[in-house]
Amino acid sequence: MIPRELRVVGTPVVREDAVDKVTGAARYTTDLLLPGMLHAAILTSPHASARIVRIDTELARAVPGVRAVLTGADLDVRLGLYLRDKRILARDVVRYQGEAVAAVAADTLDAARTACRLLRVEYEELPAVFDPRKAVEPGALLVHPDLGSYDHMRGVFFPKPGSNVAHHQKIRKGDAAAALAASDVRIEASFDNPPVQHVPMETHAAIAQALTGGRAEIWTSSQSPYTVRHLLALAFGLSHAAVRVHVPYVGGGFGGKAGLGLEPLAYVLSKACGGRPVQVSMSREEEFNTIPSRQGLYSTIRLGASRDARLTALEATYTWDAGAYADYGVNVGRAAAYSGAGPYALEHCSIDSYVVYTNKVYGTAYRGFGHLEVLWGVERAIDQMARALDLDPVEFRKRNLLKEGDTTITGEAFTAGHGKPIECLEAAAKAIEWGQPSAPPSDARKVRGKGVAMLHKAPAMPTYTSCAAILKLDEDGAADVLVSGVDYGQGTYTVLRQIAAEELGIPVEKVHVTWECDTAMTPYDWQTVASRFAYMGGNAVIEAAADCLNQLRAVASQALAVPVERLVCDNETVFPVGEPQRAIPYRALALGYTFANGNSIGGPVIGHGRFIATGLTNLDPETGQGRPAQFWTYGAHAVEIEVDTETGEIEVLKIATALDAGKVLNPLLCRGQVIGGIVQGLGSALHEGFRFDDKGRLLNPSFVDYKIPTAKDLPREIVPILLENPQPGGPYGARGVAEHPMISVPSAIGNALYDALGIEFTSLPLSPERVLEGICAAGTPRAQLA
Amino acid sequence: MPAGMTLLEFVRDRLHLTGTKEGCGIGECGACTVLLDGKPVTACLVLAVEADGGSVETVEGEAADGELSLLQRAFVETGAVQCGFCTPGMIMSARGLLRRNPNPTDDEIIEAMAGNLCRCTGYEAILAAVRIAAEGGR
Repeated sequence: MIPRELRVVGTPVVREDAVDKVTGAARYTTDLLLPGMLHAAILTSPHASARIVRIDTELARAVPGVRAVLTGADLDVRLGLYLRDKRILARDVVRYQGEAVAAVAADTLDAARTACRLLRVEYEELPAVFDPRKAVEPGALLVHPDLGSYDHMRGVFFPKPGSNVAHHQKIRKGDAAAALAASDVRIEASFDNPPVQHVPMETHAAIAQALTGGRAEIWTSSQSPYTVRHLLALAFGLSHAAVRVHVPYVGGGFGGKAGLGLEPLAYVLSKACGGRPVQVSMSREEEFNTIPSRQGLYSTIRLGASRDARLTALEATYTWDAGAYADYGVNVGRAAAYSGAGPYALEHCSIDSYVVYTNKVYGTAYRGFGHLEVLWGVERAIDQMARALDLDPVEFRKRNLLKEGDTTITGEAFTAGHGKPIECLEAAAKAIEWGQPSAPPSDARKVRGKGVAMLHKAPAMPTYTSCAAILKLDEDGAADVLVSGVDYGQGTYTVLRQIAAEELGIPVEKVHVTWECDTAMTPYDWQTVASRFAYMGGNAVIEAAADCLNQLRAVASQALAVPVERLVCDNETVFPVGEPQRAIPYRALALGYTFANGNSIGGPVIGHGRFIATGLTNLDPETGQGRPAQFWTYGAHAVEIEVDTETGEIEVLKIATALDAGKVLNPLLCRGQVIGGIVQGLGSALHEGFRFDDKGRLLNPSFVDYKIPTAKDLPREIVPILLENPQPGGPYGARGVAEHPMISVPSAIGNALYDALGIEFTSLPLSPERVLEGICAAGTPRAQLA
Repeated sequence: MPAGMTLLEFVRDRLHLTGTKEGCGIGECGACTVLLDGKPVTACLVLAVEADGGSVETVEGEAADGELSLLQRAFVETGAVQCGFCTPGMIMSARGLLRRNPNPTDDEIIEAMAGNLCRCTGYEAILAAVRIAAEGGR
């Protein structure tokens, strides 16, 4: 049969959930009120490193309405995604300021908070280590002296007992040292990124009810219903079926709500309260202090090139500031290492990525999964090399970007299906009139500059990652999609509606995605991270739709006395090829077909589809060689900025972002992802970063001192550019683009800042203070800069 | 009513109008914006007793007779909504603006919306939605 043109996929369908969100009807976790529900509060450590000598709970327990007080001594469970290194509440020692040491469940939040204030904790302060570069040195104080006894995912992660190294990822291709030594031109540079917070507008929250018979019911603001189920089942020795996880609407996640969060604490509190449901939700201050953040990073990068501007070798050391626990940090250190040379063709590469424990709030997944951080260094170093070669940075990149026939640094062949990074760079550069001088600045004390940067990323996921979709047809011919990937704002459910409508041949208005994942009802999905939901979930929905159509055709075949292979499904009907006048509407088949005499055949049409990652391998422990990526997405940013040399303030005049999306499934939503990602990237570039005092105390745990972009901070012009060089395995050729717009925004701005001022800034954020300090330190008279 | 109860707690916990959200509790994010006597306030910083005798409008009152307002439709159609957690506060700030200034300039729209944080959208579509609602209301 000839495939017809796409009707719904690729069109700007608006999101169905937006209606409930503009009326206030959308229910988030803290909007739920369960009968008998209690509220919890936590007490956190004021010290970065201390022994808990004793906790006196007597006064707290006496507060009216208090139902349970728990401390780490009550809970002998160790949790972790890849490395089981964390307690539900600190036990014996605290390892970061902000770590929860006790929790209270009470009739009201006020009572719980009052009780927390009456807890008396005696600490014995211990020495601490805050700088991962020091923590990695031999003889450093150990954040986890028992690291060697912790369970971990073997063959993928390699903790080093007796050190602070939670994971060491090696990438070895060719002979980087020799190639570097033989290079005509060499540069070496170091860069750093501070830890930052995700800042979802909805803070973390979970409700748990411990039920008799070893069962648990959870409602949680999570990206990962099935991972929550799996890890809770493992931690508490429950069967998977005994743990039921609901995910209502989620107010943003950005990676911070992946894995396991507050659910175990809510569960043990509920258990301690005789099974009453307990809600735990974070205040904004706790969200900053206690909930994991993006890891900090220190990078050192050595690049070699030949005189004809070919990159010959890259050596890099990435030292991640994991904070007190490994969480996702070890996988960030792994994934960012196999992406750690940028999207360039390199015959010789050597990368060591160390994920290092320190006594600070711990790190986890955050949009970009380490790529923004490593590319802050790589893309700045590439510009330095272009300058050393006296070559235009765009031209230098074009000569070295991956193209068909090259291999990545893990030995993966670069194919046409990877897309076209060079086209992305050309499109972005063109959009800011690269090569043309900037217009004169708006003020004599201001200077302008332009910069570009590349980005790339693949989903970082286990080799066996899978998901499923169920499609149910209703008696009116509509379809319900059941999935357990979570739409926490990305818009994936709308895209899945479009795909189901496209494949079934029904209007998109007649497809609905059931909102609220429920592990007892909606089918398995690994978790909603890594920009892989539209790709994997989309493929699963295509297969589920095909299953529905097969069922419809089988019944219609009997009803029409026409062979199955002669039947067409379209326009909500099944009909023989060339005979649409004999069509049977889906609604007459959805629950089964009834003949005129009353005889009936078939039954409810329910389709099932699934998808599993294919062809992925674990990476060789010594060389990192292998295939880690289901697909890659490439892109480029080009920016023009104006810098105020009196205040150090940077204004982004224009940013153009080109991504090879493969296929834009919904241009409205895709644009929303790109613009939202760019602005989030601007936060990392210009404003955001944790500040600690010399005792490891976080100095900016609130919106007063930690600023994220507001409506006043938008660039004057944002130009999203979406290329469509198809990914053969993606639905309609699509790739994931959710994380990517954020990656390398700081790099492009840093390069533009050099262009404007001739000063190399190596630390983020590029705040006015830092820029002004740089201007003063450079000693160049401001008038001359301007 | 406890003297220390905020308007936000009153609206959410007593009236069970949970459309109004708490994002920070210290008046910095705008998620809890409601109209008090027609003016936008962050409900987390207003005591419930201060609203005694006044009129309070929340996002639940924006749609009339089951029909979305022009402002709400504009939010839906421009893609101004992603996770949706900041949306009720955004809608109320915009409503407050359009009530006191039915013909805002772009700068006035930005100024009025700058106290409401959004981490998803990058604001562009939100500003466009307010503009559309202003133009349509003329």
